[in-house]
Amino acid sequence: MAIFSVYVVNKAGGLIYQYDNYVPRAEAEKTFSYPLDLVLKIHDEKVVVSFGQRDGIRVGHALLSINGVDVNGKFTADGKEIIEYLKDSTNYPVSIRFGRARLSSNEKLMLASMFHSLFAIGSQLSPEVGSTGIEMLETDIFKLHCFQTLTGIKFIVLADPRQSGIDALLRKIYEIYSDFALKNPFYSLEMPIRCELFDQNLKGALEIADKASNFGPGS
Amino acid sequence: MSRQSNRTTDSKKMNAELFTLTYGALVTQLCKDYENDEEVNKQLDKMGYNIGVRLIEDFLARSSVGRCQDFRETADVIAKVAFKMYLGITPSVTNWSPAGDEFSLIMESNPLVDFVELPDNHSSLVYSNLLCGVLRGALEMVQMAVDVKFSQDTLRGDNVTEIRMKFIKRIEENLPAGDE
Repeated sequence: MAIFSVYVVNKAGGLIYQYDNYVPRAEAEKTFSYPLDLVLKIHDEKVVVSFGQRDGIRVGHALLSINGVDVNGKFTADGKEIIEYLKDSTNYPVSIRFGRARLSSNEKLMLASMFHSLFAIGSQLSPEVGSTGIEMLETDIFKLHCFQTLTGIKFIVLADPRQSGIDALLRKIYEIYSDFALKNPFYSLEMPIRCELFDQNLKGALEIADKASNFGPGS
Repeated sequence: MSRQSNRTTDSKKMNAELFTLTYGALVTQLCKDYENDEEVNKQLDKMGYNIGVRLIEDFLARSSVGRCQDFRETADVIAKVAFKMYLGITPSVTNWSPAGDEFSLIMESNPLVDFVELPDNHSSLVYSNLLCGVLRGALEMVQMAVDVKFSQDTLRGDNVTEIRMKFIKRIEENLPAGDE
């Protein structure tokens, strides 16, 4: 999966569409016996590992499920506090899955509007007049590409840094948006996109882009 | 009217006469519903506006035209690219005002009015007013406020169809970043 996610942001900075195309590969499920040798803490309403990295479980990973049942923030599915539950030796042996916590939709909304504001910084910092906003953001795990249309809509794609052809993909997503979202008379402009055809065609375009890439993380 | 060949949807050719008939049915139904030519003109303009705000994205996605820096460039793009792409005609751009903020699009033929004759009781109906709304809506989405109206109409006895476009102002609110 060389294309990780697609975000569409409207003129006002609100997230109107989001699609994730990756499966976090770094998830580890292990059986533990009392006492637990990982140090856990509560962070942002989630239980995360703060110390005790081993066996694929990294610092910062969140506790995703206990005994196969997904947790609900800092409580188990039946409402018990996780930290208390894990202090009780009668609950062991227990099988816990750790992994990178997915972003919730509220967090994504916030990050999208933050990006919208940062985007403008690109053009403000420019030594010459008439610069575009931020077009690319690079980290060692992914590259974020952003394309702003003349009407103010931003298409953002997160992809593998080695992936090429993202510009063409952004233009293709713009075409798919102008077709399946805008030509749907029941879709109101600037609102979240809830069109089946848009989803399907977007997935199709991402698949084509994936296949066209010569490499990608091994699946 | 055919669609571009690089589309993922199948390329369809639609009969232009079906389009003319559809538009005609629309206008006559509006006339029956509102019974007042001015009201019908307004409704056509509103409908055109809704089409325009959506059509502009399709136009920009397919034509890769950049932002126009002045009104003359805008006029050229509208006449040579947009009209060609959507209606298959290329109107000419003339009658520039001295300040360069008004121009006319002269169309020899108007695909919307093939086979149409305006009866006497609808003398103030602007049959193709939808086009004015489309132009107004599309330009508003790229931050230009314009006033568009028909100044000559073959349906009302003139030789050519003339659309007069006047630049009012640049819309400064909600400018996309990097376009100040």
